[in-house]
Amino acid sequence: MSSARHRFPYAIVTPLLLAACSGAQSAFTPGSPQSQALRSLFWLMTIVCGVIWLLVMLSLILAIWRRGPAALAGSPQERRATMVVGTCVMATVAVIAALTVVSYAATRRMAEAGAEEPLTIRVRASQWWWEVEYPDTIASHGFITANEIHVPVGRPVRVELEAADVIHSFWVPGIAGKLDTIPGRTNTLTFTARHIGVYRGQCAEFCGLQHAHMALLLVVQDPRGFARWEDVQRTQAVTPSDTEQMRGREVLVSRQCAACHTVRGTMASGRLGPDLTHIGGRAFLAAGLLPVTRGSLAAWVADPQTLKPGNNMPLVPLSPDDLRAVSAYLAALR
Amino acid sequence: MRQPRVVADLSKLPLHGFETASLTWWGTLAFMLIEGTGFLLTIAVYLYLVAVAPRWPIGAPPPDWRAGTATTLVLLLSLVPNVMIARAAERQDIRRVRVLLIVMAAFGTAPIPLRVLEFRSLNVLWDSNAYGSVTWFLLGLHSTHFVTDLAETFVLVAVMFTRHGENRRRFGDVQDNALYWNFVVFTWLPIYAVLYGVPRLT
Amino acid sequence: MSGALEQDTRDTALPPERLACELARVWRTPPGLLGFIGTVDHKRIAHRYIATAFVFLALGGVLALAMRLQLARPEARLIGPDRYNQIFTMHGATMMFLFAVPVMEAMAVYLVPLMVGTRNIAFPRLNAFSYWIYLAGGILLWAAFAIDMGPDVGWFAYVPLSGPNYGSGKRADIWAQMITFTELAALAVAVEIVVTVLKQRAPGMSLDRIPLFVWSMLVTAFAVIGALPAIMVASTSLILDRLVGTHFYNPSEGGDVLLWQHLFWFFGHPEVYIIFLPAVGMVSTIITTFARRPVFGYLALVLSAISTGVLAFGLWVHHMFATGLPRLGESFFTASSMAIAIPNGVQIFCWLATLALGRPVLRVPMLFVLAFFFTFIIGGMTGVMVASVPLDTQVHDTYFVVAHFHYVLIGGSVFPLIGAVYYWFPKITGRMMSEYVGRWVAGLLFAGFNLTFFPMHILGLIGMPRRVYTYPASLSWGGLNLFVSMSAVVLALGFLLFFVDALRSMRGGAVAGSDPWGAPTLEWATPSPPPSYNFAYIPVVNGLYPLWDDATGVNVATGLRVDRRELIVSSVTEARPEARESSPRNSVWPFWTAIATSVVLIWSIFSPWAVVWGSVPIGIALIGWFWPKATPEDLA
Repeated sequence: MSSARHRFPYAIVTPLLLAACSGAQSAFTPGSPQSQALRSLFWLMTIVCGVIWLLVMLSLILAIWRRGPAALAGSPQERRATMVVGTCVMATVAVIAALTVVSYAATRRMAEAGAEEPLTIRVRASQWWWEVEYPDTIASHGFITANEIHVPVGRPVRVELEAADVIHSFWVPGIAGKLDTIPGRTNTLTFTARHIGVYRGQCAEFCGLQHAHMALLLVVQDPRGFARWEDVQRTQAVTPSDTEQMRGREVLVSRQCAACHTVRGTMASGRLGPDLTHIGGRAFLAAGLLPVTRGSLAAWVADPQTLKPGNNMPLVPLSPDDLRAVSAYLAALR
Repeated sequence: MRQPRVVADLSKLPLHGFETASLTWWGTLAFMLIEGTGFLLTIAVYLYLVAVAPRWPIGAPPPDWRAGTATTLVLLLSLVPNVMIARAAERQDIRRVRVLLIVMAAFGTAPIPLRVLEFRSLNVLWDSNAYGSVTWFLLGLHSTHFVTDLAETFVLVAVMFTRHGENRRRFGDVQDNALYWNFVVFTWLPIYAVLYGVPRLT
Repeated sequence: MSGALEQDTRDTALPPERLACELARVWRTPPGLLGFIGTVDHKRIAHRYIATAFVFLALGGVLALAMRLQLARPEARLIGPDRYNQIFTMHGATMMFLFAVPVMEAMAVYLVPLMVGTRNIAFPRLNAFSYWIYLAGGILLWAAFAIDMGPDVGWFAYVPLSGPNYGSGKRADIWAQMITFTELAALAVAVEIVVTVLKQRAPGMSLDRIPLFVWSMLVTAFAVIGALPAIMVASTSLILDRLVGTHFYNPSEGGDVLLWQHLFWFFGHPEVYIIFLPAVGMVSTIITTFARRPVFGYLALVLSAISTGVLAFGLWVHHMFATGLPRLGESFFTASSMAIAIPNGVQIFCWLATLALGRPVLRVPMLFVLAFFFTFIIGGMTGVMVASVPLDTQVHDTYFVVAHFHYVLIGGSVFPLIGAVYYWFPKITGRMMSEYVGRWVAGLLFAGFNLTFFPMHILGLIGMPRRVYTYPASLSWGGLNLFVSMSAVVLALGFLLFFVDALRSMRGGAVAGSDPWGAPTLEWATPSPPPSYNFAYIPVVNGLYPLWDDATGVNVATGLRVDRRELIVSSVTEARPEARESSPRNSVWPFWTAIATSVVLIWSIFSPWAVVWGSVPIGIALIGWFWPKATPEDLA
């Protein structure tokens, strides 16, 4: 399965994302020592358990096929059976104890932190999307994005998980096991990505109507690529380059959009929905629902409730021209 | 069909045994086990919320202890006639049982105004915060059991004064009711300690 | 009623035919509606209980098929998210609360009094009440679903999703109150079983002569008593949060959302064993009968059942490994979750030894036991895997876990249950189910089950989470899902054939006789179906296998009254007779009490005052129930 690993630089990957995503949400495509350890643990346990299961099935078949009279209580056969059963029970105890120790060891191994200063990311899960914040000691260097997490390869990452409404669960199987986001608490997940690539994740705790459409992407980049991405994210939204985009911005700021969404550098500064400052540069919109293209942006804005029934974005009636303008503007927000 | 072979004669057995030989006694015990688990879990919930909270009690002074302590004293005092009634029932002494049932009804009624006072001296409402919620819940849960048993006592008073009273089975009912009253009193003690003690400890 | 007989007529005074006739008169259920709602015969009530539970199994199965239809291909739009969430919640709640627990308890309500040799269950009126309350809870849940008010928060109803801020309308309240109904019913039966087993055993049935199924049910009943109060506390506090504004689960006012999970799983994990332990007893019973020899390791089997029941209360946190609890706590729960594999292993080895030492006969009940071995052990193995914290963080809340617990619950419980139905059907109805059709049922269920659920392990490992109403085509889960959905049809056909066989055999099956399998326990010492009074004379036992120890007759005790319902109370350990006790007559009051209770419980979804005003009719009904009636049963 390791052939499914994605080792392409992000710049090439972007247009290929859709195709590349197949198989990317699997516990069998480990991209970090953590998920690698999990995969080994899984196979170890599967093999041990499988062998035991086969042995039991074999003895079941033998027990049923055996011919001859029933052995009575106190017979030599029964005494022999007592020995055999006793041995089996002791073997069970030994295997169970061994597996427990192996499990503890895996936990310990996965918790080993690198010496390097970790990259801290705050993820706030909402119904049904992920707010991703890269805090920085210099406030203006911090930024907020959504549904897409970028990390540099080889550097430890510390994800602080919070919930805005109900319980969700942060799960990118190729990188680490899942950890819940719980209202009123902060959970911390640490990992170090070892392989460049794109890993898909998804909310794993039932969280209401659109639990099925609450995906995120974790993009592992080489450090230079990551730095470039960070620089882009820190900037304010690009200024429209033509009149259509200009009109799009105006519609966005003057209609209900601005009440929920932020586009840094404009008057739009709502916090209820995802930050749109660089939406055009993201691979997906609406938490993994559609790839970002001008067409899909238009389709989404035109009728979010049909595409993702029950989500919190209302239908804002726009004229066809306004819709075209908004989608052009959003697509340009790279 | 298998042929029956008589190996034992049970005709001399008593009709309706007392205590461990009585089905209802065991049934009462089983229900006490269920409800005791309920009390234990609710106390666990209380202590869990204490552990989660940065300060306890949350946003309120500790409850005034006077009404609760008065309830405790009355309940403890009621154990005396309760033990006496169980003995009278065992001796099947209908007159003593009748008198003591009335005493028990009085002892059961006395804590009701005290309990109302207790709710009023909690210094917090159920919808103020989690502290208020769990305090009211715990006190309410105990009050429900206590009122239920009181109602049963009143029904027993009525039954024992009818022609149905002089009957082994009814004396057994009186014993079971006494057993349950002990349960109501003894479960109150840890609840009292938690409700009035824990807010003062932390 | 007993005008024909003088007061205090004993069974020794009557010839056998007359005795049977008089006992039938005293213990009978009159025909007609009043007889129907007033009966306290444990067999009739168990009948209803079992039939109702299987109806809910069928309904829950239809929901499962609906889900498989929706998931058969990616991005399907057959069922919208709102309906889908109701469907999977209803499926889980129906299967757990309205099928699995009730059906196991109902089997016990039927079998335990017969197996311990008594004439009725302890507290027969409570038993009647229990059924009506259970039925009301089931109707409440399904009526709500029918009018689009079905709960949509999962059978686990995690807060805050089910709390006042996110659980809209009355859907979560319906869930919480359905819990109250079913738990009330289950607790009532648990009390009856505990007292029946401890105090109503046939003379001579000391603790070491109790049939293994009865032992299992005793442990189960205690597990019910220990576990169900937790969910009662949880559901009550949830309703309070939703109705009167308490803050148990509101973190901004000092509440805590994980508190809910602790309470829920403190109930929820033992719940699995409440469903599984009766099945263990069924497997032991079937294996003993068809291996044609005493079970190997009786004491070990009893101790395993007890230790499973105890350990079941120390595992709940393994459902919360992904919530980020402290490491030390997690390690403890990993160890305890692993440890429960040991008593289960002991049981399996004892059963294998019994088969190896005996001469197993492969009749239909045994086929289900074989299917049980094959599937349950796989479920146990994946259970060991999810007990490991690190591994669980990967597979938790994925289809791997869906596969795991269906292997445990269907493989571990439903297969033995269906085997048990084939096994005890002749006792209950007097007729055999078809051996030929039974083999088809076993084959279809076995193949259908494994084909449906095994691929789900893989789906989970390649990333498919649970409780999603659809999934994107790009993730290549489509093929396996389609395969699973088609296999589910095979599984459904197996169940359909089982229902057809059961219904047909009820009328047209071969007449069974009292003991068609040559089984050793007391229920086979009485005719099939058993008369209303179960045994004309109370049996006396001096071994674990009374019917094998004595091939022609049965030891009995005499001296009981015939002019009233009478049975024997015996001591807890030795089963020494202590008293003759009357058993209550039929009464319609349990029915009215159940109606009054149902009205209050449903009303209380809307107003807290329901509890206050509603206690009045409940009180009146209870007084009617318990007020002495001057019947021979009331006098002592």
